[in-house]
Amino acid sequence: MKYVDEYRDQFAAGTLAEEIRHRITRPWTIMEVCGGQTHAIVRFGLDELLPEQLTLVHGPGCPVCVTPVGLIDQAVALALLPRVIFCSFGDMLRVPGSRENLFAVKTAGGDVRIVYSPLDALKLAQAHPDREVVCFAVGFETTAPAYAMAVTQAKRLGLTNFSLLAAHVLVPPAMEAILSAPGNRVQGFLAAGHVCTVMGYEEYEELAARYRVPIVVTGFEPVDVLEGVTMLVRQLEEGRANVENQYVRSVRRQGNEEARTIIEEVFEPSNRAWRGIGEIAASGLRLKPAYAAYDAAIKFRRELGAGVGEARENPECQSGLVLQGLLKPTECPAFGVRCTPEQPLGAPMVSSEGACAAYYRYRRQPSHAGVEKDEQREV
Amino acid sequence: MCLAVPGQVVKIDEDQLRTATVSFGGITKDVSLALVPEAVVGDYVIVHVGFAISKLDEEAARRSLELFEAMRAAQAGPDGQGDGKSRMAPS
Repeated sequence: MKYVDEYRDQFAAGTLAEEIRHRITRPWTIMEVCGGQTHAIVRFGLDELLPEQLTLVHGPGCPVCVTPVGLIDQAVALALLPRVIFCSFGDMLRVPGSRENLFAVKTAGGDVRIVYSPLDALKLAQAHPDREVVCFAVGFETTAPAYAMAVTQAKRLGLTNFSLLAAHVLVPPAMEAILSAPGNRVQGFLAAGHVCTVMGYEEYEELAARYRVPIVVTGFEPVDVLEGVTMLVRQLEEGRANVENQYVRSVRRQGNEEARTIIEEVFEPSNRAWRGIGEIAASGLRLKPAYAAYDAAIKFRRELGAGVGEARENPECQSGLVLQGLLKPTECPAFGVRCTPEQPLGAPMVSSEGACAAYYRYRRQPSHAGVEKDEQREV
Repeated sequence: MCLAVPGQVVKIDEDQLRTATVSFGGITKDVSLALVPEAVVGDYVIVHVGFAISKLDEEAARRSLELFEAMRAAQAGPDGQGDGKSRMAPS
């Protein structure tokens, strides 16, 4: 596929890995923020091409993984209501709640639909005026404009049976939480290319300056990731802490202005709990008061108040440490034994971007650097 | 969740959502171009959950691919194929 295959070229990857080996003179620890990058690294064995002095730690950039258990419980409570058609991306269905997950609700006859786009949910609302369509709005800044567009389109169409269970999270506050945590060891970031496609990278310039940490906005194919690492190592070795853009074919400094405008029209920042990490100030998005009619948390306040018990995490799941880059998935005693994609203890084992899922899928057998571990590719 | 893939715009309906037919290596899907008003038929766009979030800058892509070529040539041995130690194995 054009603009994909070129960035999987083995020679380009080898050349960049050689460049990194040539440049590096001492140990560095860097974090790839996005779970999509984690999957590219594990799937293509990119970490095995890198010199030993370079430690890659996996970041919290998997929105499915960081959605707090309390919100999963709310989703389950809404999906159990007979008049509700509950729409979600497929990743969310097996994520454990305190008592059950959306997949169990669906299996028991609940009307849970897997959608590819928020516009699919909008079409369901048009087709079923007698039902309430609730969409689980999970994602980072990349996904927020799609939901904002769906809400403004629902308003334009006069649909009153469409609402969002808003669960969006924002990347820069999480990066700041990592940088300001005691014992932080991250010295540079590969920032998430598609988040920055939407938001641009001006807000990262402030982070880089305040924490003296280099940040390289990076794409998702193997050559992108290796070029991002090369640029980061070059900055670290030269003592620079700037924001640079590897993913120039998609990211502009100011981002996508249409997308930013529609996000600001519909959403506003709110405090948000991150699963396994805790609450981070102004790290989520909620619907603005002008769009309260599309907010499922307000629309179904009574049902949610009665139907959701106390949120409980599985105490054996160590996803909080995995999401902060403090534990490798394979270091968890439950990994692959009591925690598998079919029977997960926590979200990182089921999300298509979860670090535990990446290691389970690609690293259960001895790997060979550069050999793609699995031919399947989601589109 | 943030997975987004490049595809080529084949046809545009100028409806409210600028719904377009976008080809991903021959597989076509309906995609809204509402967030990329500058995109026209023939352009490549990066698509995420049914919306194009950017028009791919083909000139920038060409420049970066040329840079890789130049780096490879600079590292290459006399046979022009590099030292053969650091390449990804064939998939």
